[in-house]
Amino acid sequence: MTDRLEGWEKVTGAARYAYEYPLENVAYLAAVQATVARGEILAVDAEAALGMPGVLAVLSGGNAPRLAPVDDGELAVLQSRRVAYRGQFVAAVIAETPETAAEAARHVRVEYAPEAADVLLRADHEGLYAPEKVNGGFPADTESGDPDAAFAASAVRVDATYTTPAEHNNPMEPHTTVALWEDDGTLVLYDSNQGPSAVQSTLAEVFGLEPAQVRVISEHVGGGFGSKGTPRPNVVLAAMAARVTGRPVKFAVPRRQMWATTGYRTPTIQRVRLGAGLDGRLDAVIHEVVAQTSAVREFAEQAAVPARMMYRAANRRTRHRIVRLDVPSPSWMRAPGETPGMFALESAMDELAVLTGVDPVELRVRNDAPEDPESGLPFSSRNLVACLREGAARFGWDARDPRPGVRREGRTLLGTGVAAATYPASTRPGEAVARAEPDGTFTVRVAAADIGTGARTALAVIAADALKTDLGKVRMEIGDSRLPRAVVAGGSAGTSSWGTAVVRACEALLVRLNGEIPPEGVEARASTADEVRSRQKYARHAFGAHFAEVAVDLDTGEVRVPRMLGVFAAGRIINPKAARSQFVGGMTMGIGMALLEESIMDEAFGDHVNRDLAQYHVPTCADIRKIDAVWVPEADPHLNPMGAKGIGEIGIVGAAAAIANAVHHATGARFRDLPITPARVLAEL
Amino acid sequence: MNSVPADGPDPVRAEITLTVNGSEHRLGIDTRASLLDTLREDLGLTGAKKGCDHGQCGACTVLLDGRRVNACLALAVAHDGADVVTVEGLARDGRPTRLQEAFLAHDALQCGYCTPGQLCSATAVLDELGRGLPSAATPDPAAEPVPDDAEIRERMSGNLCRCGAYAGIVAAVREAARA
Repeated sequence: MTDRLEGWEKVTGAARYAYEYPLENVAYLAAVQATVARGEILAVDAEAALGMPGVLAVLSGGNAPRLAPVDDGELAVLQSRRVAYRGQFVAAVIAETPETAAEAARHVRVEYAPEAADVLLRADHEGLYAPEKVNGGFPADTESGDPDAAFAASAVRVDATYTTPAEHNNPMEPHTTVALWEDDGTLVLYDSNQGPSAVQSTLAEVFGLEPAQVRVISEHVGGGFGSKGTPRPNVVLAAMAARVTGRPVKFAVPRRQMWATTGYRTPTIQRVRLGAGLDGRLDAVIHEVVAQTSAVREFAEQAAVPARMMYRAANRRTRHRIVRLDVPSPSWMRAPGETPGMFALESAMDELAVLTGVDPVELRVRNDAPEDPESGLPFSSRNLVACLREGAARFGWDARDPRPGVRREGRTLLGTGVAAATYPASTRPGEAVARAEPDGTFTVRVAAADIGTGARTALAVIAADALKTDLGKVRMEIGDSRLPRAVVAGGSAGTSSWGTAVVRACEALLVRLNGEIPPEGVEARASTADEVRSRQKYARHAFGAHFAEVAVDLDTGEVRVPRMLGVFAAGRIINPKAARSQFVGGMTMGIGMALLEESIMDEAFGDHVNRDLAQYHVPTCADIRKIDAVWVPEADPHLNPMGAKGIGEIGIVGAAAAIANAVHHATGARFRDLPITPARVLAEL
Repeated sequence: MNSVPADGPDPVRAEITLTVNGSEHRLGIDTRASLLDTLREDLGLTGAKKGCDHGQCGACTVLLDGRRVNACLALAVAHDGADVVTVEGLARDGRPTRLQEAFLAHDALQCGYCTPGQLCSATAVLDELGRGLPSAATPDPAAEPVPDDAEIRERMSGNLCRCGAYAGIVAAVREAARA
């Protein structure tokens, strides 16, 4: 139970986020967004803006520096006359003050030749195609056995379509960059991101520099949830503006501009077919996903991937189809793939439980897979059943009356639901340096990012263990691209990947230490590339189970969650205090997904209409009542030297399904479209 | 959006005095500047955060003449002579307040970006409870409010936390309220 190492800085306001480094002579950037969803920029008239006192420059396609093309077309900022989506950056004003920049941006006149835009996702869209790979590098389609025949022959069949809306990550700290060019041509970026090494290499490519000529500093990051996992247009724009003006330039993307420019979770349309015997044992699992991507970047949400490994079934098919629309680019949002996919699969499992009369916990136990059904690989560890059993006991599940719609207290209907969770346990190569100082302390360096996960603290705990020393003797240095190269905080692979490198560096250091430490210290570096690549083949995943209680107001249709419990199997938990916060935080976002969150696409304007936190609702303090997360002991020797699985994402996976299943139990109505809003509930009561 | 006349006068500036965390500052400001930008950009007090700039997230909450406000919605020029306390001014002489200690003890923070606003807001909540002010969650507005979880959740709902630290925040405020 270790307190966050940077906790004191965070509760006193001393922790510096990207915007907050004291720099001389800064200028401020305000961006201009496209007002059409598709078309051509005919002219940019900057005269009025340039005439305003305090305006330093106006950047647009006509005068912006030329950039090298990279895979992510979103980073070709101001490089084309084409408008790919409404809200794309088309110009920027740099001024002496933030007030002047914002004011002048309103005076930049952009003339467009608009074209008809295609912005609505449909399951029968003629542009749907199979991507070469889906996010994570998985194949778009898989099939084994004869799923159609097996489904047709099954005694019990579920065939249902589930939809999830566009959802926006909305970290509390906006995407922020302060960019400056030093006299020797080095680009320095104080930037809010999930991985300084990745920003360094991408920005070096974009600006035609050597990686060593780009320095990215990200000591404290105010959340990301995937949206800061890849560099977004803001960092490129700020760097361009700093080059043109010769001044340090500050740019924090205004909340309303984040909707179009910083990524979001694609809407999905998912058809799930489950074929089972009367005892609920699955014989066929078919999961087919339709999602969107943009004209400038292909992103294929891997929502059917968890159906490949979740349950045993001899006949299975998964399929992903995406369509390029004239919309902002979707990207990573907390557990991409698993989050929307497990809403559909775990809702369908609940429907199967109702049809077969098998208890929903028992149904999942009955279909537990002894090895990875698709690859045949053994699981490094799989304790889904333990999570379900432990959760059922703690939650009081055994006393549950399965009949839907029969628990009424006054004007409230009560119900409970369960859903399973899973997330891959990945480890990626990286480097770390451990150093013994002459004063008996240690410094451990790795270009990790702590976006609120508690990574800094977890790595210090890992290092202290490996060095066989006290936590207080370990100084962690993270959040700077000059530190040993590290993967992004993403895919729940951060702690596992960075931690492996930290352990190996500490072990190497211990070997070198004998007696007195010289004044210059002793240092050891480790690279885990060989170790990670030569690992034995296993299916490595974390598992979990969510239990939710809901109260549905008969008069308003409002759903509340008085009680929620998550039980997880994620290997060794390195710092229980921060881990619990990670799990509960994911579950909290899952409550938002179930009941509140939806970015609504307006077909006429071709843009999300509810672009702020007053209209896009995330959970508030009053929305979260009794909520807890626990874990089952799990010793897994096939992961990494810590025996730990990543825990940043699994907390949200399955959470929305548990709530939707509980709403069915409360009301008897099945909600297959998220979020479960009062309007939708009232229509079914 | 292109209809705004651009030939207006230069930005209007004004001189104001603010007492921030006990120190008096004489400031020349742009009359369009928010109190939040004035604190962050002019005074270098970056504890108050900008999450939305629209009064919707609460990350910029400070105490203005003893009351909690969203500093992004307050124009600095309208608060000449005001007394402001930011998160930097809560701890005195390096000694944490009960709330700051409780936030650390209950891990009521993750990324930390909403935390300064949560702490300023919670400081005001303790004060409001102490003065017997009711909230929408107070069962009997005429009676003394009890700092139970429902009261705390209601009163803290103007401060969003996307990391989902609410459970810890409520526990921390409860502990500080009862200390």
